[in-house]
Amino acid sequence: MEVTASSRHYVDRLFDPDPQKVLQGVIDMKNAVIGNNKQKANLIVLGAVPRLLYLLQQETSTTELKTECAVVLGSLAMGTENNVKSLLDCHIIPALLQGLLSPDLKFIEACLRCLRTIFTSPVTPEELLYTDATVIPHLMALLSRSRYTQEYICQIFSHCCKGPDHQTILFNHGAVQNIAHLLTSLSYKVRMQALKCFSVLAFENPQVSMTLVNVLVDGELLPQIFVKMLQRDKPIEMQLTSAKCLTYMCRAGAIRTDDNCIVLKTLPCLVRMCSKERLLEERVEGAETLAYLIEPDVELQRIASITDHLIAMLADYFKYPSSVSAITDIKRLDHDLKHAHELRQAAFKLYASLGANDEDIRKKIIETENMMDRIVTGLSESSVKVRLAAVRCLHSLSRSVQQLRTSFQDHAVWKPLMKVLQNAPDEILVVASSMLCNLLLEFSPSKENMAFQAEQKIKADILRSLSTEQLFRLLSDSDLNVLMKTLGLLRNLLSTRPTLCILANIADGTTAKDLIMTNDDILQKIKYYMGHSHVKLQLAAMFCISNLIWNEEEGSQERQDKLRDMGIVDILHKLSQSPDSNLCDKAKTALQQYLA
Amino acid sequence: MSGQPPPPPPPQQQQQQQQLPPPPPAALAPVSGVVLPAPPAVSAGSSPAGSPGGGAGGDGLGAAAAALLLHPPPPPPPATAAPPPPPPPPPPPASAAAPASGPPGLAAGPGPAGGTPAPALVAGSSAAAPFPHGDSALNEQEKELQRRLKRLYPAVDEQETPLPRSWSPKDKFSYIGLSQNNLRVHYKGTGGALTRRGRPPLPLAAGCATSGGYMGIGLSAQGVNMNRLPGWDKHSYGYHGDDGHSFCSSGTGQPYGPTFTTGDVIGCCVNLINNTCFYTKNGHSLGTEIIYCICLMKYVILQPNLYPTVGLQTPGEVVDANFGQHPFVFDIEDYMREWRTKIQAQIDRFPIGEREGEWQTMIQKMVSSYLVHHGYCATAEAFARSTDQTVLEELASIKNRQRIQKLVLAGRMGEAIETTQQLYPSLLERNPNLLFTLKVRQFIEMVNGTDSEVRCLGGRSPKSQDSYPVSPRPFSSPSMSPSHGMNIHNLASGKGSTAHFSGFESCSNGVISNKAHQSYCHSNKHQSSNLNVPELNSINMSRSQQVNNFTSNDVDMETDHYSNGVGETSSNGFLNGSSKHDHEMEDCDTEMEVDSSQLRRQLCGGSQAAIERMIHFGRELQAMSEQLRRDCGKNTANKKMLKDAFSLLAYSDPWNSPVGNQLDPIQREPVCSALNSAILETHNLPKQPPLALAMGQATQCLGLMARSGIGSCAFATVEDYLH
Repeated sequence: MEVTASSRHYVDRLFDPDPQKVLQGVIDMKNAVIGNNKQKANLIVLGAVPRLLYLLQQETSTTELKTECAVVLGSLAMGTENNVKSLLDCHIIPALLQGLLSPDLKFIEACLRCLRTIFTSPVTPEELLYTDATVIPHLMALLSRSRYTQEYICQIFSHCCKGPDHQTILFNHGAVQNIAHLLTSLSYKVRMQALKCFSVLAFENPQVSMTLVNVLVDGELLPQIFVKMLQRDKPIEMQLTSAKCLTYMCRAGAIRTDDNCIVLKTLPCLVRMCSKERLLEERVEGAETLAYLIEPDVELQRIASITDHLIAMLADYFKYPSSVSAITDIKRLDHDLKHAHELRQAAFKLYASLGANDEDIRKKIIETENMMDRIVTGLSESSVKVRLAAVRCLHSLSRSVQQLRTSFQDHAVWKPLMKVLQNAPDEILVVASSMLCNLLLEFSPSKENMAFQAEQKIKADILRSLSTEQLFRLLSDSDLNVLMKTLGLLRNLLSTRPTLCILANIADGTTAKDLIMTNDDILQKIKYYMGHSHVKLQLAAMFCISNLIWNEEEGSQERQDKLRDMGIVDILHKLSQSPDSNLCDKAKTALQQYLA
Repeated sequence: MSGQPPPPPPPQQQQQQQQLPPPPPAALAPVSGVVLPAPPAVSAGSSPAGSPGGGAGGDGLGAAAAALLLHPPPPPPPATAAPPPPPPPPPPPASAAAPASGPPGLAAGPGPAGGTPAPALVAGSSAAAPFPHGDSALNEQEKELQRRLKRLYPAVDEQETPLPRSWSPKDKFSYIGLSQNNLRVHYKGTGGALTRRGRPPLPLAAGCATSGGYMGIGLSAQGVNMNRLPGWDKHSYGYHGDDGHSFCSSGTGQPYGPTFTTGDVIGCCVNLINNTCFYTKNGHSLGTEIIYCICLMKYVILQPNLYPTVGLQTPGEVVDANFGQHPFVFDIEDYMREWRTKIQAQIDRFPIGEREGEWQTMIQKMVSSYLVHHGYCATAEAFARSTDQTVLEELASIKNRQRIQKLVLAGRMGEAIETTQQLYPSLLERNPNLLFTLKVRQFIEMVNGTDSEVRCLGGRSPKSQDSYPVSPRPFSSPSMSPSHGMNIHNLASGKGSTAHFSGFESCSNGVISNKAHQSYCHSNKHQSSNLNVPELNSINMSRSQQVNNFTSNDVDMETDHYSNGVGETSSNGFLNGSSKHDHEMEDCDTEMEVDSSQLRRQLCGGSQAAIERMIHFGRELQAMSEQLRRDCGKNTANKKMLKDAFSLLAYSDPWNSPVGNQLDPIQREPVCSALNSAILETHNLPKQPPLALAMGQATQCLGLMARSGIGSCAFATVEDYLH
């Protein structure tokens, strides 16, 4: 009650007819709200914000008053997210942007500081920065004004640059040239924010990245400057961010993956970020960035896999919260819990990248303590992020024929995987289905009967638990990737080789083929995709058809007939004229099955 | 290692031969060293041939590094003959250790100053032609190596503990052959393993195995069996190429890293701060924690004196070593930077708890007493005022000392002695040795033409005789610069100022060598005492031009103060704006002389009367010496002093004679300091200011840490904290 009363007094003073008293009132308010979230909330409820904004925009207000208003608003924005929402509701952003046109530097800085606080809040839509086309050029111009304008503007940019559209806008307004020289600023904060800008600008952006490699600052190329910033005596934040810049430039094709600055600098730096000595947040970012860096390059994967025992180091990511932290330190437990999911998903991602291409590395990963159990557990975690990462990891490891036959079998990974598929978001579906493809791909003629049987059984189980509705849903998915993967899955489900045909009947009767053939929806889908404009889809559908009509397999005649009735043969004839030789061959082979 | 233009590779038959097999030379060339730092402080790394020779000099305490580059075995040898039985109870491997050339025993001692580094080995395949041939090339290389080692092992005094530069020809099994200045190791037996040990007791080794061959790189203590691969025996540790396992004094290895083979560069780095070790392959650190925590670390702790070692078991196998003569592939400088930062952060964050106030008062007292000690009375007063302290000594007394010091530093010894006798009547009587020292200095100044007694007899401006402008000069300092290296040395040696020369020498061996820092310190001191820097600069800048402009005797205190740097023993050049080495100082003197007079220096200023006075004075001095010997017994220091001084007369141009350095104005400083201390003692004041004592103590502690093998001292020097 008391607080509210005093708060009201502060607001009342903003309406005093004497401008001097208003100014003093704003200053007193400033001192009252610093670090006091309750006071901030009270003032907002009592309507201080519109009044402050009015004073800030009022022609008659002195610059000093305007500046103090901006400072108080900035202070209010520092509070809770609700505070920021209230400020946004009062249209604070246009008012502050308007303020940037003032000639007074102090006022501009106060506005920028407040804008910075608002834009870095997760509740602020970054689009608000781009609605007025004159804002970005004006901010670029303000970059030369002072170290504070530099720091705040760079921070705003790095938080509001999401996606290629924003990158392009900033790039077209000269962000690279305007910000590059800030990397050598005397102020650490300015250097740091400038660096962050470059990391968001370069991410997945070849245009920006190609420009960056050739930018000179004080006679040095930007990549060299980044390399200096990731020296081991620099603050961790700086090392990590410059490693990100180099990583993004590399992934965007601007730096070769065998360049020394990647192989001998960026990669080792990122591996260090994964070490136990780093904070949990840093370890998450380090692992994610490293996963991204090495994803497409087997040589980098090999180097990373031997650097500083990375694979073993990552196993530690699964040990949070540790039993020790639970007992001894509530605060730490809380901290650990908060990061546990992030750590696990980051580790899965990095394992997925590490094992993407090299069989030896996969083996090393799977041999890591409790690895398969961890993945299996990860598949059923509540966090979508962790599940997705676990599926990715599993998918990457499933490329190993040997592991498919051993570890994957031992741990019956397909079971939790099936669960993942239920009601999973598209992202997971894509990876999980390709994962299933791999799981089902492995049918070697030389395998023992039992093993084969087991796999047949698995296939049947999969089809059963997937249920035709689910398959159908997958096939109707609007996402091309999901479609592709599902068709691939079907192909694998349906594939059996001649020598194994006899055994197929030993299985419990319900074969994959029957399931398919009795579901007209699926067959219609397959037919539809045979006529699709996308060659790969056509090809995938062709595979399904080929398997279904393969002569030497039992029931092929019935299936052939049924498919002919559906008009498949006509389509095959059409496809045999296809300009795509692969497709054409497949169609011809399929037709031969009919002729035989 | 191939960073520098490879010295024309003299066609080495061996090399050619080795090239034949698998490794495309091109691929190998870039790879070069493996690093293995040993006992010294931190790390080792290897850098790619192409890399610019370690740009950022790391100085950490010692990082020993060794890198090895592996060669393929020549095709012809009966490689098949080599029995490839698995290692554990290995047949006849041989190993070589690379103890540095120093006495092996020495390595074992309590680590060398700051720890000895481990050598690095590089086995290069051919093209890199890592080893220059020819004397001049070798000289160049030796110098480069020197520089590199200094960076890698900043705290190691090679006088005490030499660093490894090559494999020891003695510590090897007979099947091991050495070539390329003992940097290349090859296996010449028909089976069995050999070990070659590096010469100094530093740890390190690296190697590469070719198919079927066994090769191990690691560390071993003196005396470990040389016909076994490193790691199999007690006090021996190795990383083996065939299986990538690490062996810690056991026939059974632990999975550690990848396998390695021909063309790979393997390094080994020992960190003496946390007592760990790691290997590198082609510049990539293979990791410490996992394996080393388990096995190596404890050994490294127990076993401070390890030599880099390499073991081979396959005929025709060749390993080249890089002990630092080439940049390492692994970025060891960066690794050292990290550790330096860690150590410095530790120092910066040293907790002082609630004693903050106490500390501040103590520091203020130290500063104040320092200012008083050296007679910076105006500064001392200002400082005392602003920090609420009292100055122990009376102002008049400080001014007196200052006056005397000014005279001494201006070379006006006669006046200095006279003034001292007036102001402190019994002082010199009670210190006959001091008096003698002053008189000898007076004699020298007479020769120089600067002493007042000869100056009045001189036919022309006495200034011409003195590169160091005479009293009126703004920079005749009351004593020495605040940051004077000499103070530190004296204190470090624990001797009084009268023991200057010996003290100075004994301590200057590497303990204090950072000249640039001293000059920073200098200006900083001024700042802290409320003097402003621009003024300082202007004085420094104007020094040479103004030399002749000052004729008045009384230059005020502040001005004197600024000029202190002049007399710096080790940073003499800094008057001119930068620190210079001693020989450069001579240049500088010469220039100044020309500036001021355009005349050549002449004995006693060129005046006949002055020469006669000088001769006469010399006789008196001789008599005094004899008297002194009768009264106080023999004194070799006095005798030498006199002899040296008289020797000046034996040369037509004393300034350029072998004993000419006595004429250097810098030599006035020890005398000045001795006199100042003696005066202070009569007042029952400390003859050394507490600040200098503290610095000396810190310096000594660092030296002790270095000798005890405590690695962190490599990254902390007193100079670092003086600016």
